[in-house]
Amino acid sequence: MNLARNVLRNIAYLPQHIRPVTSAAIALKVKDEVKRKRELALLGGGVKRIEKQHQKGKLTARERLEVLLDPRSFSEYDMFIEHRCNDFGMDKEKYYGDSVITGSGLINGRPVYVFSQDFTVFGGSLSSVHAQKICKIMDQAMLVGAPVIGLNDSGGARIQEGVDSLAGYADIFQRNVLASGVIPQLSLIMGPCAGGAVYSPALTDFIFMVRQSSYLFITGPDVVQSVTNESVTQEELGGANSHMTKSGVAHFAYDNDIDTLLRTRELFNFLPLSNKDPTPIRECDDSPNRLVHALDTVIPLETTTAYDMKEVVHAIVDEHDFFEVMPDWAKNIIVVGIVANQPKSMAGCLDINASVKAARFVRFCDAFNIPLLTFVDVPGFLPGTSQEHNGIIRHGAKLLYAFAEATVPKITIITRKAYGGAYDVMSSKHLRGDMNYAWPTAEVAVMGAQGAVKIIFREGKNVKDKELEYIDKFANPFPAAVRGFVDDIIEPNQTRKRICRDLNLLAGKHLVNPRKKHANMPL
Amino acid sequence: MRAIFFSTTFRTRLILQQCLISKRLNSIYSPSYGPGNFYHLDHVDLNESKFDKILIANRGEIACRVIRTCQAMGIKTVAVHSDIDHNSLFVKMADEAICIGPAPTKLSYLNEDAILNAVKSSGAQAVHPGYGFLSENTKFAKKLSDHNVEFIGPSSESILAMGDKIESKRIAKKANISMIPGFDGEVNDVEHCVQISRDIGYPVMIKASAGGGGKGMRVAWNDEEARENFKLCKGEAASSFGDDRLLVEKFIDNPRHIEFQILGDKQGNVFYLNERECSIQRRNQKVIEEAPSVFLDDITRRKMGEEAVQLAKAVGYYSAGMCTVEFMVDSQKNFYFLEMNTRLQVEHPITEATIGIDLVHQMIRVAKGHSLRFKQEDIKFHGWAIECRVYAEDPYKAFGLPSIGRLTSYKDPSFIPNVRCDSGITEGSEISLYYDPLICKLTTFGKNRSEALTTMAQALDAYVIRGVTNNIPLLRDIITEERFVKGDITTKYLPTVYPQGFKGKMLNDQERLSLTAVAACVAVKSSIRDGSFKNMLRQTVRSLPKTYTYEILLNDKKVLCHVKASAENKQFEVQIDDNIPVFIDDNFKLSDHVIHAHVNNEIIALQLFKMESTGNVTLIYLGTKYELRVLPEAAAKYMSIMPEKKAIDYASVLISPMPGIVKSVNVQVGQSVSDGQEVCIVEAMKMQNKLTAGRAGKVKFVGIKEGDTVEDGKILIELE
Repeated sequence: MNLARNVLRNIAYLPQHIRPVTSAAIALKVKDEVKRKRELALLGGGVKRIEKQHQKGKLTARERLEVLLDPRSFSEYDMFIEHRCNDFGMDKEKYYGDSVITGSGLINGRPVYVFSQDFTVFGGSLSSVHAQKICKIMDQAMLVGAPVIGLNDSGGARIQEGVDSLAGYADIFQRNVLASGVIPQLSLIMGPCAGGAVYSPALTDFIFMVRQSSYLFITGPDVVQSVTNESVTQEELGGANSHMTKSGVAHFAYDNDIDTLLRTRELFNFLPLSNKDPTPIRECDDSPNRLVHALDTVIPLETTTAYDMKEVVHAIVDEHDFFEVMPDWAKNIIVVGIVANQPKSMAGCLDINASVKAARFVRFCDAFNIPLLTFVDVPGFLPGTSQEHNGIIRHGAKLLYAFAEATVPKITIITRKAYGGAYDVMSSKHLRGDMNYAWPTAEVAVMGAQGAVKIIFREGKNVKDKELEYIDKFANPFPAAVRGFVDDIIEPNQTRKRICRDLNLLAGKHLVNPRKKHANMPL
Repeated sequence: MRAIFFSTTFRTRLILQQCLISKRLNSIYSPSYGPGNFYHLDHVDLNESKFDKILIANRGEIACRVIRTCQAMGIKTVAVHSDIDHNSLFVKMADEAICIGPAPTKLSYLNEDAILNAVKSSGAQAVHPGYGFLSENTKFAKKLSDHNVEFIGPSSESILAMGDKIESKRIAKKANISMIPGFDGEVNDVEHCVQISRDIGYPVMIKASAGGGGKGMRVAWNDEEARENFKLCKGEAASSFGDDRLLVEKFIDNPRHIEFQILGDKQGNVFYLNERECSIQRRNQKVIEEAPSVFLDDITRRKMGEEAVQLAKAVGYYSAGMCTVEFMVDSQKNFYFLEMNTRLQVEHPITEATIGIDLVHQMIRVAKGHSLRFKQEDIKFHGWAIECRVYAEDPYKAFGLPSIGRLTSYKDPSFIPNVRCDSGITEGSEISLYYDPLICKLTTFGKNRSEALTTMAQALDAYVIRGVTNNIPLLRDIITEERFVKGDITTKYLPTVYPQGFKGKMLNDQERLSLTAVAACVAVKSSIRDGSFKNMLRQTVRSLPKTYTYEILLNDKKVLCHVKASAENKQFEVQIDDNIPVFIDDNFKLSDHVIHAHVNNEIIALQLFKMESTGNVTLIYLGTKYELRVLPEAAAKYMSIMPEKKAIDYASVLISPMPGIVKSVNVQVGQSVSDGQEVCIVEAMKMQNKLTAGRAGKVKFVGIKEGDTVEDGKILIELE
């Protein structure tokens, strides 16, 4: 090596016209060039822009990957790519790798493909080669069956490239759709993500946002102001809070880049690599036979008193390890391989948002062979004109559809109320539920006693007695148990033990839906 | 069916629950008492005549306590309970259970008629009132005797004489008992109160005539405080005891609170069972008690004991069973009579442990008419006992403001030898707004004080309580605090030792190092486990790193940690900054309730409270919860770039310090308030808490109205 360098140096002293052009010299020059270009590529948009990114409290695209992936596991693709636009003086400003970093790496030893948009290069804008880089790793992820995580931090389309950039978006959308249900796709919004760009995250399985520094919207505040005359801040329009509490677009939001990236690692550990891979089983010290005595007292005496279903979930899962999806939107339903009505919010009623949230999650689980555990305490669908006019029928049908279509192991526990149509919907025996249990506090009925008595006995005499009769008859798990609609009535403290046993048993479940091109879900 | 309910709505459900529950009963109420020969002075004699059935007119731990002795004596028990208590341990332990009303105590545990009905319907021959509630209620005792039901406790006459503090002072004075200077009469109004206070000389104590347990008691140092506290006490007295009469007395500086246990029978024997020192108090409520007192010598002990017996005899206490005579003792060992309680005291277990007598057993025997089977000479201290009251309260707020919640996880340390847990709760129990927030009376005993204290430290470290904020941090700190260990204590101990309020255990360098090292090992174990899948064939075979590097943040101080994990030795070598490496055995699991870490061959106990993927690790060490941030190298490198989280401006918002009921709101939106002005009063667990403005300003928002129930942390009032 040293010798070679000396040769090169010596050659350089010779007058130019007699310098021999040896192949060794070229090779060495290329080698240096590679090193130089690599160093430049690592700097992205340059030191000044990196500083600016840091001042905003944001990490650079590379720093993010360093936190997200296992140490030294990242291997990069297309580091030397350059954009191909020559208009508007763009040919004079080029950066190696352009405005996105792509490659593969490991999270806790499991493979993952990643792209991370680099805001320091042209504001992370999407050029045709930027899209090409993303498409390349997506294609490969599909080929080998490994998840894709996209770190979004982009000002939008590369306007100088015009329609090429739009084509790039569409290429990515197409791949998002084809990959959907084949490999898990996660999107991290870590800066602006506006216009057409929002649809790629929207097509993926889970969206993470960073509070105060990430925005997702179709049109920004300026356009909104000029079109509708509404004055609104970026944060209000498309910040993490809006998408977590109002629109239901984002699934998770955290305070800063590092928290978001570390949480992504956590979620990743719950996911299979693809639809052909098994759900990961991680080592755990929590005994499957653990009795959960705290559950014996969780249901309040009064059937109208709320309780926190999360306590039930926390108590049952391994070491209280529970990763909640969309904790702030449609709080009346909580999900993580587990779907549960939340009596603490709106009495656990199913409304439009709750139905949509649960339906999407159920379909994700079904697509990736994650068994479904459902806790039911549902007094029914939420009544009212706003619900009806906004299509609770259509949206409620989505959840029904999702549960009915799912072929993964399905275990259901009725903790208290399971009333009316909502009982049917919530992974009931009738929708091919594998194991359906009721706690002694369960009530499976068409409706509550008061309403039922009004309909059965239209004359108003002895209403109270009739109500009591109805309660004696239906406000308990027996009517469902005698018909075999629940397989057993179990003590709450036994729940974990039973679930663990059933999951073991059901690991061998094989159920196939009729062959079709695709079904016609009530979208 | 074991329970009767007001509403039939619950009936079907209840039967079902009861059937299912009954199977696992035996496993949960094994008595958690220490050595085999616990009550050595007088054993239960099954051939002695006894009541067939006793009703316990109380709830929680004391109901459980009484039921245990009844079971040992072969007596059937009846529990009475409010509806929300239907699932409680004492209800499950009793042979019969009767619901006597809804949650508020007035409608249930203080509802004399409902309890009388329960007595009649169950056919109980005697009623044990426990402490609090109806234990010192003369009318109730009278009603029982009218129905020929034995009240296990003093006659209604003795309660009348002693339960009322004004009356008891008159009697004590007549019997030549040493008295604190004070005014033995009822205080008429605010100005009268100020007048009396001036006559006695400040500081004075204003307290409820019918009171006890620290409720309705306040110290005043000047006229202004006398006025203010008169009002507050009157309110508390009315709501706690239904009797708003107040009295005023001299307040003694640097006092110790030492009380004598008295036991008598109907044959005229009255003995004293030595003292209990209850000086560690906050707001006049006891926190830690011990027997014997480090302060008393045999002569003082005998003098005080004999005076206490003399007083008991003066009130005609022969039919009493038991009572407690409380004294204030000053630094010169002068003692003053404080009050007499004609009931079983909360802290009775330390007397039982050191004297060797089951006090409940004796109460029941005496009530049945049996005479005591021992003499005064037999009463001797055997060893030392200490009781810590584990409460559901936040010790960082005024040494303990009540908290509520469900015990999502609960393991008491009664498996440790020489530890006794008197508790009425189990995993899943709810600590509600309605009742005393006592979780457990944790008693430890040993040959001497230091042995009892060592066991107490072990017991507190092994105590697992999740779901409810509790005062273990404070208890754990006190029992190793220098002054307490020396026995240098007064009733002013807490404000003297913690003048700024309790801030958690202050770690020394060695403790800090151990805690940080364990946190690093927890992170390594977790990191290894996160990559240990059982079914991932496509996982890249990971050669685990030889050294793990973390940056650990604890109380704003950052250290760099290098951990070498050796699988062969099952040991971690932790290098923190440039300290000497710490060796920690890899002998624990992340799911362990209590981690017994071998740090450099010394065992320390910690509890892993919480661990998040973001590197936040919460460990409980020496009682206190520490929040550490353990970040891997890459994340730590960039942490300084992350924006700081905006803190809430606590001066501009008034946040409820505890769950409770709003008693009054004194401000309106738009009103100007000055710094420290009282803006509202929140009552919780019968304590009235005055909340004041954090700064001067205009009220922007009032989120409460009188009668509202508020949660801990709710924003009550906001300033502009």
